[in-house]
Amino acid sequence: MEEKWDLVIEQKRHLLDLKLRQIWLYRDLLFLFVKRDITVVYKQTVLGPLWFFVQPIMTTLIYVFVFGNVANISTDGVPKPLFYMSGIVLWNYFSECFSRNSDTFASNAGVFGKVYFPRLITPLSIIFSNAVKFLLQFGLFLGVYAYFLIKGSDIRPQIELIALPFLIVLMALMGLGFGLIFSSMTTKYKDLKFLIQFGVQLLMYATPIIYPMSTLSTKYQTILWWNPITHIIEAFKFGFLGQGSFSLIGLAYSTIFSIFLMVFGTIIFNKTEQTFMDTV
Amino acid sequence: MSKTVLKVDNVSKLYRLGEVGTGTISHDLNRWWAKIRGKEDPFAKIGQTNDRTKKSESDYVWALQDINFEVKEGDVLGIIGRNGAGKSTLLKLISRITSPSKGAIKAKGRIAALLEVGTGMNSELTARENIYLNGAILGMRKFEIDKKFDEIVDFSGCALFIDTPLKRYSSGMRVRLGFAVAAFLEPEILIVDEVLAVGDAEFQKKAIGKMQDVSKSDGRTVLFVSHNMAAVKSLCKTGMVLQNGSLLYTGTTEDSVNFYLQNIYGMTNKSLSEREDRKGNKKILMKEILLKNSSGIIVPEFNSGEKCSINFIFERYQAIDLNQFTMVVQFKNDQEELVCTIATDEMGTKFDKIGSSGTIIIDIPRLHFRAGNYTLTYMISEKQSFNTPHIVMDFLSEAVSLQINKGDYWNTGMLNRPKGFIQEAFIQIENE
Repeated sequence: MEEKWDLVIEQKRHLLDLKLRQIWLYRDLLFLFVKRDITVVYKQTVLGPLWFFVQPIMTTLIYVFVFGNVANISTDGVPKPLFYMSGIVLWNYFSECFSRNSDTFASNAGVFGKVYFPRLITPLSIIFSNAVKFLLQFGLFLGVYAYFLIKGSDIRPQIELIALPFLIVLMALMGLGFGLIFSSMTTKYKDLKFLIQFGVQLLMYATPIIYPMSTLSTKYQTILWWNPITHIIEAFKFGFLGQGSFSLIGLAYSTIFSIFLMVFGTIIFNKTEQTFMDTV
Repeated sequence: MSKTVLKVDNVSKLYRLGEVGTGTISHDLNRWWAKIRGKEDPFAKIGQTNDRTKKSESDYVWALQDINFEVKEGDVLGIIGRNGAGKSTLLKLISRITSPSKGAIKAKGRIAALLEVGTGMNSELTARENIYLNGAILGMRKFEIDKKFDEIVDFSGCALFIDTPLKRYSSGMRVRLGFAVAAFLEPEILIVDEVLAVGDAEFQKKAIGKMQDVSKSDGRTVLFVSHNMAAVKSLCKTGMVLQNGSLLYTGTTEDSVNFYLQNIYGMTNKSLSEREDRKGNKKILMKEILLKNSSGIIVPEFNSGEKCSINFIFERYQAIDLNQFTMVVQFKNDQEELVCTIATDEMGTKFDKIGSSGTIIIDIPRLHFRAGNYTLTYMISEKQSFNTPHIVMDFLSEAVSLQINKGDYWNTGMLNRPKGFIQEAFIQIENE
């Protein structure tokens, strides 16, 4: 008679055996990780969670000065602080998720080497804790937005704004997917860590964050079209500011792209988690 | 008969030696290519048994090879073996930290591993937050921790500091807190690696007591790895001896511990000239080591306080610089801990001549060892100065063993207690 086992540990595991049931069993850990990531940041600080606002404010001010005033890049009539902040807030969510996720194995080797829990918990916790951070920063953006709206600046909120939650989810998936793929590679080839820092920065300039699409030539617009993040940022700006474009085809492309990233990333991650302790 | 809750089926684990990171891309490609053609891992073949005393010829080594065993429900299995025998690797596989290279491990019920105390604790967070975090990492649900929170705090003895950040805690208190959380885990299979080695004696007693409770009253299965034979004996029902990545023996705890001790000390019964695990350039070789008592008779056993003379019978093959000649003799106890070193360079010993053959005699007027099993390791070397590395001529670990029995060191008619050292001391009282 074949015996029934609750758990079988083998070298080979099915590619898509995600152990979702296990992740569900460990949901409390996910919650505690998210809580830890957020509270640890402002332990022993005077300003506490206010620090989450400092970064976008400072970046916005710098961009207004450098790109807006010195380089004189057009913002299509949108008030400069609003234009830059809208891009920064959403972009930051992606870049934080991406860069922190890509370091999952290396930075958690101490814990991973001593105890088992579904490893996917860690990237998920990064997505969620950064989502909290994003929401705070998004609140800041809404405040600035309301100020300019009341002031009567040339901004027109669009009905497409209802797609906002979807845009945020897309951004999260994008950060998670990219992060998962690279996390598996950085465990073995540590060189990639430096490339990622650099790559994220380059990617930002290849996304319409500090400039509107309209300032580009048709040739560059076509190239940027293939950057899946372009459509998310553009749709976000269009919804709030009435500037940019809301391309359904583009968003469909981004969605397919991010789903593909996620599936691919999870498979690789799943494979790496089994033996990464031997190579980290 | 109780049911099997853990089955280890032909499990092997291959490790890469040396620096990981250089040349791995080419190996990866090779491996990937072999996989595509449906062939075996090309690097797995050249792996060899895990024997740390021999220099490896290949870059890969089998940390574990073809391990098979079963554990019944409610069993407490002690896994013993020398450093590097593969004990920790085995635990890592069972606790799913890394995957086996071959074979499968099957289990029924939850497995919780305690390979370290206080894993994932964050020093910025308070003890309260850390109890939840650590508990969750070990696989507890929040409501389970809620239910046991008071007991955990009680067991740790940290009630006063419960809302203090962990960074203010002493290392001992951290260990207590960590163990307290782990002690209230309720898995069907608990895996414990030498975590008891940390913490003070009182705490160790508490910890061992708790583990006994877990297995006796709750009928849960425990896998325990330790160098502490006393702890293994008092805690475990069955034992298992690993050596060089292979399973050498399974049986009752008593038999396993004896097998292990005999195995280590049995090896030293081999005559010295047959030993192949020596190192050095062989300018000089020790042919035999004789232990003689005060009457000059060769004996395997001594009493504490007795005179002992260690005779190294050597043959010299090449000229040796007498000024650089150094001899170091070390004694280790049965837990492989170094307890005593005799070194000629420290003592300033110089020889006038070393003939082509002869005997080096180390006289110990009174043995300070308390009862127990000891092994002797020696190294003959040439060295330029205290700071330069030795040029080893002959080195052999665990060359001979000697048994020390309880003796009457102080000539009081009372036998000395076992373990450790007898310190020469004078005790007096000054009354006011």
